[in-house]
Amino acid sequence: MSYNLTNLAYLVTIVTFILALRYLSHPAHARRGNQIGAVGMLIAIAVTFAHKGLTSYWVIAVGMAIGGGFGAVAARKVKMTAMPQMVALFNGVGGGAAALISLAELHRILPEAGAPKVDIGLSIVLSALIGSISFAGSMIAFAKLQELIGGRPITYAGQQYVNATLFLSCIAAGVALIAGVQDEWLLWALVSGALVFGVLFVLPIGGADMPVVISLLNAFTGLAAAATGFELENNVLIVAGMLVGASGTLLTMKMGQAMNRSITNVLFGAFGQVSEQAAAVAAGEGGGTVRSVSAEDVAVMLAYARKVVFVPGYGLAVAQAQHDVRALADLLEAKGVEVSYAIHPVAGRMPGHMNVLLAEANVPYDQLKEMDEANTEFSRTDVAVVVGANDVVNPDARNNPGSPIYGMPILNVDEAQTVVVLKRSMNPGFAGIENPLFYNPKTVMLFGDAKASIVELAQDVKAV
Amino acid sequence: MSHNTLLVFEVTILVLAIFLGFEVISKVPAMLHTPLMSGTNAIHGIVIVGAMLVLGLPNKGVFTWVIGFVAVVLASANVVGGFVVTDRMLEMFKKREPAKPDDGKDDAAK
Repeated sequence: MSYNLTNLAYLVTIVTFILALRYLSHPAHARRGNQIGAVGMLIAIAVTFAHKGLTSYWVIAVGMAIGGGFGAVAARKVKMTAMPQMVALFNGVGGGAAALISLAELHRILPEAGAPKVDIGLSIVLSALIGSISFAGSMIAFAKLQELIGGRPITYAGQQYVNATLFLSCIAAGVALIAGVQDEWLLWALVSGALVFGVLFVLPIGGADMPVVISLLNAFTGLAAAATGFELENNVLIVAGMLVGASGTLLTMKMGQAMNRSITNVLFGAFGQVSEQAAAVAAGEGGGTVRSVSAEDVAVMLAYARKVVFVPGYGLAVAQAQHDVRALADLLEAKGVEVSYAIHPVAGRMPGHMNVLLAEANVPYDQLKEMDEANTEFSRTDVAVVVGANDVVNPDARNNPGSPIYGMPILNVDEAQTVVVLKRSMNPGFAGIENPLFYNPKTVMLFGDAKASIVELAQDVKAV
Repeated sequence: MSHNTLLVFEVTILVLAIFLGFEVISKVPAMLHTPLMSGTNAIHGIVIVGAMLVLGLPNKGVFTWVIGFVAVVLASANVVGGFVVTDRMLEMFKKREPAKPDDGKDDAAK
C-alpha cells in the first residue's frame, strides 16, 4: 500500500476514534461508540499489515494471537467488581509496549552518525519515560486493587526527596541522549529508573484514590503513544495517542472534582495519612458505643417504613449482593414501601462503577438517585440502609477539618430517622479511617457478610 | 517531504488533537466516567501499530525480534482486553433499556 493510501486509511481510523469518544460520552449509544472504536482499530491493524516493506507477518500474527487471546480471556472472565484493576492492567501493558518500541527504535537508529535528531530523541525519551511510569504505576494500582498488596498508603521518611531525585536522574539521562550522547545504555537506565519511579509514585497513594490514579496513568499511556507516533512518523499514533492524552486528562480532573480532591492532593497528599488532629477527634468519638441488632429487628423496621434508601458501596459489590438487594427492594415495594438507591459518584471503586453493578441486577434506572438528589431526600427517609459503604457516608468529611477526607462530598445518611449499617466487622474502610457514623445514636449495625445479611433480611421481611 | 516540514505538520495535528480530545468528552455524565476511561484505554492500544512496524522491520537483529515481539503481545492485550472490558461494562447499561417500559409501578411509588 502506498504511503498516501496508508495515511488516508489511518484517517478513517482517526475519525472512528473521535466518533467513539463522542458516542461513549452519551449513555444512549455508548456501546456503539466502543464498537465503532474497535472497527477503527481493526482498520488500522489491517492497513499496517499491508504497509510497504513490512516483514515477519507470521510472527506478528502469533504475537497478536497470544496477547489478544490473553486480553480476551481475562476481560471475559473477570467479575464486574474487578473491572477497575482490569482497566489498570490493560493500561499498563499499553504503556509497556510504548516504552519497548522506543528502546527498539533507538537501537535501530543509533548506528547512524548524528542520530537521533533532536525531535526524534525527545520523542524516544518521552515515550520511554512516560510509558515506563505508566506500566509500573498501573501494575502497582492493579496489585493494590486486587489486594495482592495492602490498599493503605505506604510511606516512609524522605519519600518525596527519593522520588524527586529518581525522576531528575531520569530526566538527566534523557537530556544527555537528546544532546547527542550516543549510548543505548542511557535509555535502559532511564527506563529502569522510570519503572522504579512508577512503583514508588503509586505506592504511597491510598486505594480509595486509585481510580483517579488509573485515569491519570491512562492519559499518560496516551501521551506515550503520541510520542511513539513522532518516533515512527506515524499520524494515527500521534492523533489517537493525543486524543487519549487530552481526554484522559480532562476525565481525571472530572473524577477528582467528583471526589472534591485536587490532582496534586491525590498524587502527593498520601491519602489516608491520618493527621494528629483527626486521630485525636476520632479517639474522642471512639469512646461511643456501637449498637448491634439482629436481622429480624431490621426487617421489621424496613417493612413498616414509608421510605427506605439503600446506600450501596464496595462491600455490596464484593459480596455480589446487588441481585439480592434488588430482591429485597422488590419485597419492600410489594409492601408499599418507597425504595430508592443513593449512588455516591465514587461508590464502588470508580465513578459510575455502582451504576454498572446495579444495572446488571436490573434495578430500574429511575430509582437510582445521584448524590445531590439523594441528599435532599434523606431528611424524609425512615431507614437508610448502608450496604458495605463506609467513606462515602463518613460525616467526618463534613465536620472534621483534620480528617483526610474532609471536604469530600458525602451522602448525608445521618439525616435519616434510622441508619442501618451492614458491615462485616468494625474494621475501617478502604481508606483506613474511622467513621463516627457508627457511633451515632441513630445508627444500628448489622454485622456479617453483606450478601448473607441481605438474604436473611429478605426472608424476615417475607415473614413480617 | 523534508524532515522538518513533516515535523511541523505532525506538531500541527498534535495540537489540534489536544483541543479535540478536551472538547469531545466535555459533557460526559459521572456514570459514564468508568466506561469512558476504559474506552480511551482501548484506543491507546493503537500503539499496536507501532509495535507491528518495529517487529515487521526487515533485517532485524535478535534484540529487535525479542523487543518487538513482546511489544506486539503487550499492545494486543491492551487492544482486545480494552475493547472487551468496555463492551462488558456497557452491556450492563443496555440491558436496562427494555426494562424501562414496565417501570410504571416505580413511577407510582415516587
